[in-house]
Amino acid sequence: MIIGGGIAGIQAALDIADAGFPVYLVEREPSVGGRMAQLDKTFPTLDCSSCILTPKMVDVGRHPNIELMTYSEVVSVTLPTPPLQGGGERGSPPPGGEGGSFRVSVRRKPRYVDVNKCTGCGSCAAACRMKGRIVSQFDEGIAKRSAIYVPFPQAVPLKYTVDPGVCLYLTRGTCGKTFLCKDACPAGAIDFEQKEEIVDLEVGTIVVATGFDLLDARLKPEFGYGVYPQVMTGIEFERLSSASGPTMGKIIVNGKEPQDVVFIKCVGSRDPHTGVPYCSRVCCMYTAKHAHLVRDKLPDARITIFYMDVRAFGKGYEEFYDRVKHERVLYRRGEPAEVYRRGDKLVVLAEDTMLGKPVEVEADLVVLATAITPRTDMPQVSALLGLQCSPDGFFQEAHPKLRPVDSLVDGIFLAGCCQGPKDIPDTVAQSKAAASSALRVLVQRGKGVSA
Amino acid sequence: MVLWRETKMALKTEPMVEQLELMGCIQCGKCTGGCPVARKTTLNIRSLIYNMLVEPELDVSAHPELWDCTCCFTCVERCPKDVRPAELIIGLRGQLVESGHIPDTIGTALTGIFRQGNPTGIAREDRSAWANGTEIKAAQGGCEVLLHVCCTAAYDPRVQVVPRALVKAFTAAGLDFGTLGTDESCCGNEVRRMGEVGLFEMLVEENGELIRSVGASRLVTVSPHCFNTFKNEYSLTPPSPPLQGGERPSPSLQGGKGGMEVLHYTQLMAELLEQGRLKLSNEVKKTVTYHDPCFLGKQNHVFDEPRAVLKAIPGLKLVEMDRSRERSLCCEGGGGRMWAEGTNLEERLAFQRVREAAETGAEVLAVACPFCLLTLEDAVKVQGLDDADRTGGRTLRVMDIMELVSLAL
Repeated sequence: MIIGGGIAGIQAALDIADAGFPVYLVEREPSVGGRMAQLDKTFPTLDCSSCILTPKMVDVGRHPNIELMTYSEVVSVTLPTPPLQGGGERGSPPPGGEGGSFRVSVRRKPRYVDVNKCTGCGSCAAACRMKGRIVSQFDEGIAKRSAIYVPFPQAVPLKYTVDPGVCLYLTRGTCGKTFLCKDACPAGAIDFEQKEEIVDLEVGTIVVATGFDLLDARLKPEFGYGVYPQVMTGIEFERLSSASGPTMGKIIVNGKEPQDVVFIKCVGSRDPHTGVPYCSRVCCMYTAKHAHLVRDKLPDARITIFYMDVRAFGKGYEEFYDRVKHERVLYRRGEPAEVYRRGDKLVVLAEDTMLGKPVEVEADLVVLATAITPRTDMPQVSALLGLQCSPDGFFQEAHPKLRPVDSLVDGIFLAGCCQGPKDIPDTVAQSKAAASSALRVLVQRGKGVSA
Repeated sequence: MVLWRETKMALKTEPMVEQLELMGCIQCGKCTGGCPVARKTTLNIRSLIYNMLVEPELDVSAHPELWDCTCCFTCVERCPKDVRPAELIIGLRGQLVESGHIPDTIGTALTGIFRQGNPTGIAREDRSAWANGTEIKAAQGGCEVLLHVCCTAAYDPRVQVVPRALVKAFTAAGLDFGTLGTDESCCGNEVRRMGEVGLFEMLVEENGELIRSVGASRLVTVSPHCFNTFKNEYSLTPPSPPLQGGERPSPSLQGGKGGMEVLHYTQLMAELLEQGRLKLSNEVKKTVTYHDPCFLGKQNHVFDEPRAVLKAIPGLKLVEMDRSRERSLCCEGGGGRMWAEGTNLEERLAFQRVREAAETGAEVLAVACPFCLLTLEDAVKVQGLDDADRTGGRTLRVMDIMELVSLAL
């Protein structure tokens, strides 16, 4: 079983399924795709994120060995008895050798849509009374959707879901004289009688790929996030810049194209007071990428990146940083102290530590590179699976150097940002390693029980 | 104005680097970037820390700008690495005090506190003059709430109205309160920030003993400066609850044994109003904006209570300045700056601040700190913002929150 359908879970599921073992891929949201589906382009190659992700999403959707369980949550896990031994150590007895397996209960939340009938045509969403009134989490609040929705057009499965928290019928018991969505659906797929379902499964091994959250930028009140519409986070900028996003990729802030764009790195990262003493590892590069995207779309914009250090450690990363600097992106060293308003503009106040003096830089758009944080439900997931967290709050691997994908529970493996901040290449590498470790368990215990 | 000795004051840097744990500094510049005086003088605390780290000695006497710091502690609040930059300034001032490299006005203030218990040097016997003949209970005989008036509110004619308004409100609420009268002395908050460690320790000992002897359950201050030092640097408060996100432990926090709760008056007033023990009935039809004092807001995270008091006044409309709460701009009155002009006399932060207040359209700039009241009112007058002929009609007036409460009571 794979828990989490972002790129980490998708990759692990595909590798295990391709090796011939049946896989359950459990995803809480209505679609797989995770954070990577939200991104515009990816550093340093500038591949379109959804262009490289969507084929993999489609693959998990129709792989004969993968049972995709979207809009579903693991609610209980019983560890094998007797416990598995030495899930990852060479030479140790094969885990599950005595046929031990994890018994897992999964709650399939009601979509109020029959997925076998739904064709994904979208007539329901177009008809919904709440159309254009519900904040789209996928678009980070920049766009609005209906109460019945798919998170994004490339969703897998491309099946509609009724948001139970906002649907008029489900919250108030009535939606006008007639259900507009039901009337509009040509397939008769909408079914408000659907109930949640608990599915009990037995699996030989579990890969945890539950991903990450982003720091609430309001924890750094000096930057005015939530006060000024011109101050946004990196992930919000991804949606703004994405060609498939709400503005079709046009960078429009407060109704106009920004002339002065300031990026602030390390917002919350490397700062024990926000609970993030570590480096988030991806912000240096995605900020360089953001600057490139702004330059690409707004050739005359003045672009400033405030930084403390530039960490461009991956393959092709330093070269990309060099390239961006040559694109008239000004790197100024200093962690900004404050953002405030002056007339129509915002002012970013910082010490340029190279000059040794405080400077004010005007901005029409300020992008905050907010820290990657452990998901808020880490305590619940840890308790569910018996996992431990390291001091940074992410899942603890069995050995920081030699067993980087094994958890401390035999038979459970870690992939992606649930173990710590990572970029996409590292996430995929770790997923493939987790899949490989999981396969070792499965091969040794003999085929037949699902992964 | 400044009496500099000819001699250098060469300080060996290593002991202070260790004492203040400066090695953790990553030179990000967040301190200097947010420093309100770094923009107008040569004070650069990030650069000073770097000097401390890489040089074996620092000639402290070559840095008169050390006296520019207002101890607003914006740098301390925002430092991602717990370096507490302003504590280095306080430490270096200590070296200057010890070697006599101090502005003469600072010397006068410190002498006044040593001799008369207040920086003005006015006689201790006049400390209760603010009460204007009103009988106020002597706390020495025991009371529930001890009101600490402190120097500026006790002696400055402009500020004396604030403790008088507090007495009026406390009496109306039926509070059992008292003051130490002429036995009261300076809290020492600015003394420590001016680097006079010896005098500060003496005040902590003497004040602490006297205050504890009252047996009050609560100590209420007029000034956020007194509130800060009593709360964080005396041993009066009960042990603090676990720190919330964003809060930081003060290194001088000595834990509590006296079990006395330290409050700023806005906190007590908000409580009295919320509990209905105090009712404000008169309308005060004014548009008011509120200036967060550094020692109340930034340093002690009291943002909501002063606003709650203002909102409880019938008819009052509260509007916010762009830079409010954690982004409030220092009035430049703290850290000893009430008694020293600093190296740049031309541009005052208070001038900028009152212009920001005027931009909101407010008629009243409300404050909750004696220093803010004086610096901001001065700025309003110098810039003519209180003169309808010069502003084209609309005027701005600086008032303490208690003055507004008094109108409503």
